Amino acid sequence: MSAKAEKWMDTGTGGAGAVWQPLGAWLVGNANAIDLYLKRLPKPSAPVHLDLGQIEHLDTAGAMLLWQLYDRLHGEGMAADFVNVPEHMKTLLSAVGVVRDKTMPKPQRMNPFYMRLMVLGQATIAFWEDTVCFLSFLGLITVTLWRNTVQPWRLRYCSTVHHIEETGLKALPIVGLLSFLIGIVISYQGAEQLRQFGADLYVVNLLGVSMLREIGVLMTAIIIAGRSGSAFTAQIGTMQVNQEIDALRTLGLEPAELLVVPRVIALTIALPLLALYANIMGLLGGAFMCWASLDIGPGAFMRQLQEAIDLWTLWVGLIKAPVFAFVIAVVGCYQGFRVTGSAESVGQLTTRAVVHSIFLVIVLDAAFSILFAWLGI
Amino acid sequence: MAEDIVISVEGLMTRFGPQVIHQNLDLHVRRGEIIGVVGGSGTGKSVLMKEIIGLLRPAAGNIKVLGEDPYTNDTRRAEALRQRWGVLFQEGALFSAQSVAQNILMPMREFTNLSIPLRRDLAALKLALVGLPTEAADKRPSQLSGGMKKRVGLARALALDPEIVFLDEPTAGLDPISANAFDELILSLRDSLGLTVVMITHDLDTLTAICDRIAVLVDKRVTVGTLAELRENGHPWIREYFGGPRGRAVMAHQAAGEV
Repeated sequence: MSAKAEKWMDTGTGGAGAVWQPLGAWLVGNANAIDLYLKRLPKPSAPVHLDLGQIEHLDTAGAMLLWQLYDRLHGEGMAADFVNVPEHMKTLLSAVGVVRDKTMPKPQRMNPFYMRLMVLGQATIAFWEDTVCFLSFLGLITVTLWRNTVQPWRLRYCSTVHHIEETGLKALPIVGLLSFLIGIVISYQGAEQLRQFGADLYVVNLLGVSMLREIGVLMTAIIIAGRSGSAFTAQIGTMQVNQEIDALRTLGLEPAELLVVPRVIALTIALPLLALYANIMGLLGGAFMCWASLDIGPGAFMRQLQEAIDLWTLWVGLIKAPVFAFVIAVVGCYQGFRVTGSAESVGQLTTRAVVHSIFLVIVLDAAFSILFAWLGI
Repeated sequence: MAEDIVISVEGLMTRFGPQVIHQNLDLHVRRGEIIGVVGGSGTGKSVLMKEIIGLLRPAAGNIKVLGEDPYTNDTRRAEALRQRWGVLFQEGALFSAQSVAQNILMPMREFTNLSIPLRRDLAALKLALVGLPTEAADKRPSQLSGGMKKRVGLARALALDPEIVFLDEPTAGLDPISANAFDELILSLRDSLGLTVVMITHDLDTLTAICDRIAVLVDKRVTVGTLAELRENGHPWIREYFGGPRGRAVMAHQAAGEV
């Protein structure tokens, strides 16, 4: 910027008092420099006439600064007025002048201790309300499921089959691949440790029991929570934003029956099947690793596996699958219904659905472990 | 050149696959005018606007806004050009994660060196200029009504004092009183800030009340004229548009008002 442009105001004296002439382009790009310049101006000793004859350009920011100067001068007890205003700037100057006294509301400052206390209180209330809401949603779904059981013709078969395809069939590649890799990792890591005792062959026991009882079903549930639970929230949430849910209600259709029950049933069917598939792929991965790097051939692997596990090992894992599926589907749908208004909340609640359902799945898994230990299985 | 042309579109062609939307379309917008763009559904009004503001590259043709090519590869110049116009999208397109004040402050924060108090003063001024109470500043976009969202969108479009504003159906979905108020607002802002306004609208009241000229999209091209000129136009769609029952009612109302 040139030296001339650094000077934004020509302060001189005229006939009756001081005449200040703003210079240059009073535009938003220069507003900061102008503001600093104005703050350094000395206090005038006589009434000021602001002569706008020399100003090159003016926009709302410039007009605001002119009015701020005007108000400051008045605040200092010095009369000021605008003179020689070019015709095309008059409307802008007066339009800004009319609304210039508006200021942003001051951000509320609060004692940090009370602030924390308030946040804690709000979180507690929100948690309580959330729990009550979730329980009543669970009740609604149970009632609707029961009605669909006694009146099976009311169940939406088409939608249910569609969701089985979406959540089950289309998840086969990812679930299969991840289980296969997990099988490889477990047998490799297990063999490293067991080799120290010369018990290489027991890696088959380790793999079989851990895969069938825990890892197969748990991995599947976590993948599906991320894949299908989130999809349920996003689908229902988007419908909520588009007022589709309201439209269903006004048509006399029950969203719980139309949207939730097919998803819950579909996932409860799909997840156990996926878990079984994951078990098989995991064992295959382990068998591949045993054969490729531990010199345990397929025959030896099968023999050892048959000794290590029985049918109950499989059942103990699979029994958990429908419970996990139910939890994932209900949490996903529930968060979808909590979406309000904005598209932003769809994203937030989708994240929450995944976090909550994975959390609940792991908590339930722990509960099952305790139960099975107690039952001695 | 006799008139000061701020937007010139020449020989524009738009094509989506085999479907041709615009062909050999010419449009010139003069400085300081309010031009309304009308046309049937699917004639590419919004597409035309997107092409002018550099969001959608046309298949062929020449677009100049304020003498610059919006599709220039010189990113510095393209960015500078984008600060000289403001756009109000149909639903406001406010950033939902931010408050009203933050929405308006965003362009100022990114593109100017204004101090924080100055920025806040200017944002408050813009809010007041579009007729919103300052209490709205801390609200979220989801807490606002449709009309308020549009006002905030306009305030954000005006944040850097642009020379041109593009409005996509600014009065759609507003009640007649709010729509009138919005028309008045645009007119007064044009007069006081010297804006050029390009406005897509179907609101015949808006067209008659504030538009200096009207661009009608028919047969893949535009026909531009004042309201009086277009009423004399023989094209069937244009005659239907301005001569239909709604068109006649507005004209009659306007004629009665002028007497």
